[in-house]
Amino acid sequence: MKTRVYVTLKGGVLDPQGKAIQNALGGLGFSGVNDVRAGKLIELEHDDDVTDAAIEDMCKKLLANTVIENFRIERSA
Amino acid sequence: MKSAVIVFPGSNCDRDLATAIRDVTGKRPEMVWHRDSELPDDVGLIAVPGGFSYGDYLRSGAMAARSPIMRAVVDAAGRGVPVLGICNGFQILTEAGLLPGALMRNAGLDFVCRDVGLTVENSQSIFTARYDQGEAITIPVAHHDGNFTADRETLDRIEGEGRVAFRYTEQVNGSSRSIAGVLNDAGNVLGMMPHPERVIEAAHGRSDGRRLFEGLLETVA
Repeated sequence: MKTRVYVTLKGGVLDPQGKAIQNALGGLGFSGVNDVRAGKLIELEHDDDVTDAAIEDMCKKLLANTVIENFRIERSA
Repeated sequence: MKSAVIVFPGSNCDRDLATAIRDVTGKRPEMVWHRDSELPDDVGLIAVPGGFSYGDYLRSGAMAARSPIMRAVVDAAGRGVPVLGICNGFQILTEAGLLPGALMRNAGLDFVCRDVGLTVENSQSIFTARYDQGEAITIPVAHHDGNFTADRETLDRIEGEGRVAFRYTEQVNGSSRSIAGVLNDAGNVLGMMPHPERVIEAAHGRSDGRRLFEGLLETVA
């Protein structure tokens, strides 16, 4: 079974990489992009009996740094 | 006094740090591998060096902070053993929860490798006792992820408690309130991005980092 974990920066945290991407888009002539935030997608392939609670624990203990990041878990069959 | 330098795959300042400690104490620290689970008995100082542990995978310091030896380091820190984390060592100590905040990509996105001016913001700690309060010193930095970030309440708290050890005197990496080095609440753990071990003798061009080791080893000897 597969689970996707999306790790994103918390709202108030400045994102230098997102800013650079936004500037580069402007440099390529794309207009109207008002903000860019870069995050991570982590795909886990795991046994069916790995619980939601266990995956949440993985996020808190390693996959995300909850000082600066939020995470969202998306399980699929 | 026994001291230990923790070595991770990708550490690259471990030998410089060991040399600085040996130079000041006259005794070679034990090099402790990340897979070990125990520190030397009666260890009086633990140093976590700079480098790019685990290739900075996931986040700088994230993997190293979860390695077996770090459980022993966290336990020792809880018992009051002094722990010094420099550069990647600082990142590892924040990831391990021993220090507040996080170190993000430099605001300018560039790797910054040069001498920077610092002020000593708290000369009362075991790490800074040989410096004067407010003294201006120069120590090199070499990092990509040195942008110290924490929420406003945390920043207010560590400032109010005198836990900012060093502050940049110039724009370096976008760090909140120009913070370059932070102490834990008990004062026995210091993390800093600048590299004091790189400026300990005249041949290095200056020796502003030497007093950090002298003061520390005097206190813990």
